Amino acid sequence: MNPTRPPAAPVLALTLALVTGAATAEPRILTVYTYDSFVTEWGPGPAIEQGFEALCGCDLRWVTAGDGAALLSRLRLEGARTRADVVVGLDTNLITEAAASALFAPVAQDAPYDLPVEWDDELFVPYDWGYFAFVFDRARVPEPPANFPDLAASDLRIVIQDPRSSTPGLGLVLWVKAAHGAQAGAIWEALADNVVTVTPGWSEAYALFLAGEADMVLSYTTSPAYHLIVEGDDGKAAARFDEGHYLQIEVAGRIASSEVPDLAEAFLAYLVSDAAQAVIPTTNWMYPAVTPAAGLPEGFATLMIPDRALLFAPREAQELRGPAIEEWRAALSR
Amino acid sequence: MIRSAGPLAALVVAGLVLGPLAALALAAQGRWALAPGDLAAIRFTLLQAAVSAALSCALAVPLARALARRRFRGRRLLVTLLGAPFLLPALVAVAGLLAVFGRSGLFSRLLAVAGLPFPGIYGQGGVILAHVFLNLPLVTRLLLQGWAEIPAERFRLAASLGLPAGTVNRLLETPMLRERLPGAFAAVFLICLTSFAVALTLGGGPRATTVELAIFQAIRFEGDLGRAALLGLVQVALTLPAALLARAVAAAAGFGAGLDRPLPPRPEAARPLLRLQDGLAIGSGAAFLVVPVAAVAVAGTPALAALPASVWAAALRSAGVAALAGMVALALALAWAAASGRGGLLRMTGYLPLAASPLVMGTGLFLIVLPLADPARLALPAAALVAAVLALPFGLRAVLPARDRAEADFGRLADSLGLAGGTRFRLVILPRIRRGLGLTAGLAAAFAAGDLGVVALFSDPGRPTLALELQRLMGAYRIEAAAGAALVLLALALGAFALFDRWGRRADA
Repeated sequence: MNPTRPPAAPVLALTLALVTGAATAEPRILTVYTYDSFVTEWGPGPAIEQGFEALCGCDLRWVTAGDGAALLSRLRLEGARTRADVVVGLDTNLITEAAASALFAPVAQDAPYDLPVEWDDELFVPYDWGYFAFVFDRARVPEPPANFPDLAASDLRIVIQDPRSSTPGLGLVLWVKAAHGAQAGAIWEALADNVVTVTPGWSEAYALFLAGEADMVLSYTTSPAYHLIVEGDDGKAAARFDEGHYLQIEVAGRIASSEVPDLAEAFLAYLVSDAAQAVIPTTNWMYPAVTPAAGLPEGFATLMIPDRALLFAPREAQELRGPAIEEWRAALSR
Repeated sequence: MIRSAGPLAALVVAGLVLGPLAALALAAQGRWALAPGDLAAIRFTLLQAAVSAALSCALAVPLARALARRRFRGRRLLVTLLGAPFLLPALVAVAGLLAVFGRSGLFSRLLAVAGLPFPGIYGQGGVILAHVFLNLPLVTRLLLQGWAEIPAERFRLAASLGLPAGTVNRLLETPMLRERLPGAFAAVFLICLTSFAVALTLGGGPRATTVELAIFQAIRFEGDLGRAALLGLVQVALTLPAALLARAVAAAAGFGAGLDRPLPPRPEAARPLLRLQDGLAIGSGAAFLVVPVAAVAVAGTPALAALPASVWAAALRSAGVAALAGMVALALALAWAAASGRGGLLRMTGYLPLAASPLVMGTGLFLIVLPLADPARLALPAAALVAAVLALPFGLRAVLPARDRAEADFGRLADSLGLAGGTRFRLVILPRIRRGLGLTAGLAAAFAAGDLGVVALFSDPGRPTLALELQRLMGAYRIEAAAGAALVLLALALGAFALFDRWGRRADA
C-alpha cells in the first residue's frame, strides 16, 4: 500500500480489493532513500534495482537527497512521517545522530565483511568503504608529500571541501584530528596557505582539480581507478600519508515504521550479497564491503593501500565534530 | 475584480516567503540560538554585499549610458548577451569565471605572457568579482530601461537647443539615475546577501562564510531548524531597512509627459572623446561579461555530440519548468500592475522575495507540503512557482515605475475619455509595462531552468532537471559531459529568457 495517498484512498483501495479480490495483483512497494549519485545511470542504483526486483517480485522506488548529510536531514524533517523503508548512504560520522532519531530498527544481517576495522553495529549494515586521500596528477606532482606536516611545508596548492556542507570535508577534519589530536589546530594553521579554496561539495572540488586550479584534491584512494578504468589514464594517483588515512564507511539501515519490514530486511541482505557488491567498485568507485567472489576489478590492484586505517567510533566522531570544525574554522579564518 | 488580483497575488508571495520561515520556526521545537561563527558570517555577508552592489552600480552607469546613446550593428544581440551572466546558474557561472580568471585561465595566461604575476581569484576579491560579474548585467539592464523611459522629446529639445553633453547629463540623465540607482543598489545588495555556492567556492575558505552557508549547515548537519529560521529572519530583517532606504533616497525624475516615442539620435554625444569613452565602456564591459560565457560554450561544444540521452530528456523537462515559471511570473506581475499600486505595503511585498533565503524557502515549503502530498510529485511545479516568486522583485522594478509613469502621463487623458477598469488598463497601462512583463517572465524562466535548491530537495530521482543532471554528471566524474550539459543549460536559460524578453520588446517595434 502506498502510504502517500490521502486517507480516503487506502480505504477505497481496500474496499475495491475486497470486492474484486485483486489484493495481490499489485506488487508491493519498497521505498529506498539514498543520495543522488547512487541512482544515476552511472551509479549502482539501476543494476541493484533490477537485481532486487527480479528476486522480490516487488517494486523498488528510489527517493534521493544530495548526499549522506542531506539524507539524514531529510529524514529528520520527515520524522515519523517518512515514507522510507530503507535508507542507503549514511556514513559512520552520521550514524550516532541517525540512531538518536529513533527511526531505525535493528538489522539481522551479518556478512563476512572485508573492512579495515571490526564492524559491530546493530542498526546499520556497511555496503562500501574507502580511504580519504589527496589525489594528484603524477606529471604535475612528481614527489607527493608523505604526511600533513610535509604538505603544509610544501607550496602545493590543494582544494578541499567545507566540513559544514560536505561529508568528505567533514572526513578531512576528522582525519587531521585522528592523526594529530591536540596538534590539529596547528596543522590547519600551517595548511592554510596551501588551501586554494574550500568548496561546498566533492564534485565542485574535483572539477576545480581537473581544471588545473589545484595540485591536489581531497578525494578517495579509489578515485584514480576511475581514470584508469574508464579513461585509460594512469596519470592520477593518491598520496600515501604515513599518519594513516581516515576511513569512510557507507551504511544502510531500515526504518522501524516500515510496513514492509520483510522486504526491507531482504533488500539489506541483497545489498551485501555478491550480486550487489560486485556492482559497487566501478559504479560507486569505492571498495565493496564484502569482496565479490570474482575479486575486485582489474585496476583496483594498482591503487595505493594505506599502512594504517584511522576511524573514530561513531559516538566519538559525533562528539568531536563540533570542536574539530570550530578548530578548522578558526585556523583558516586568520 | 482586476484590483483584487493584486492583494491576492501579494498574499501568495508573502505566504511563500514568510510561510516557510514560520514552518521552520514551528518545527524548531524551541531551540533558538545563533552559533559562534554566525556573527562573523553576518558581518562578512553585509560587507561583500555592499561592496559588490556599489561596484556593480558604478560600472553599470558608463556601460548603460554608452549602450543607450550609441547605435551600431548587433547592438540588440550585444544587449541580450550582456544580460547573460545574471541568468546563469551558479555552477555554470563559476566554471565560466574560472576559465578566464582561474589559475590556468585566459587572463592569467595573458598576464604570464606579459611577465606579470597573477594575484589569484580566490578570496574576498574573487567573491566580489563574481558578484559584479553576475549582477552588473542586472543594473545595466535596469538603467538602460531608465534611459529608454526618458521621453524622447526631451532629448530632441536638448539637441535642437544644441545643449552640450554635460548639460544633457545634468538635466536628463542624473535625475533618472537618482531615481533608478538606489533601487538597483538595494537589489544587488540583497541578492548578494543570499549568495552561497559562488561565495563559498571562490571565497577561499571560512573567512568568506555567508549567512546562507550558515543556514545550510544548520539544516543539513545540525538539524537545528531554530538557528536556520533565526538566520532566515536576519536576512528578512536586513531587507526591510535596505528597501526603505532605497525608497527614501530615490527621487522621482519628474520628466512630465512625453509622446512615448523611441530614443532619438544624440548629437551632443558625437564628440570624439565621448565616442572613445563609450567605445571603451562597451568594449571592456563586453569582454568582462561575454568572455566567461563564451568560455563555457567553447568548453562544452566538443562534448555536445556524445551527450547521454538523459541530458536531452532533462533539458526538455527544464524547458517545461521554465515555461511554466515564465507564465506564473507574468500573471503575478500583471496582478501587481493592475492593483491600484500606490499602496506602500503591496509594493514592499513585491520586493520581499529578495530577502528570502532559497534554502529556507525550499526547506519550509517541503515541511508544508509533506503532510499534504508526495513532495516528489510536486518537484517541478514547486520549482517553477519559487522561481517565479524570486524573479518578481526584479521584474517589478521595471513594471511599477513604467506603470506609474503611464498613469502620470496619460491618466488625465484617460480620465477625460472616461476610460476605466479593464479597458483603461489594456489601452493605457499594458502597452507601457509590456517590456517589464517580458523581463519578469524571462527572468523567472531562466531562474527556473537553473534551480537546484527546490528540485534537489523535493527530488524526483527518475525525472531530473538539467541542472540536477549537470550536478550528477560532475558527481560521477563525467567532467567533459558536464561541460556539454553546462552549455545546454546556458543555451536553455538564455533562450528561455530571450523568448519572453522579445515578446515584451515587441511593444517598441
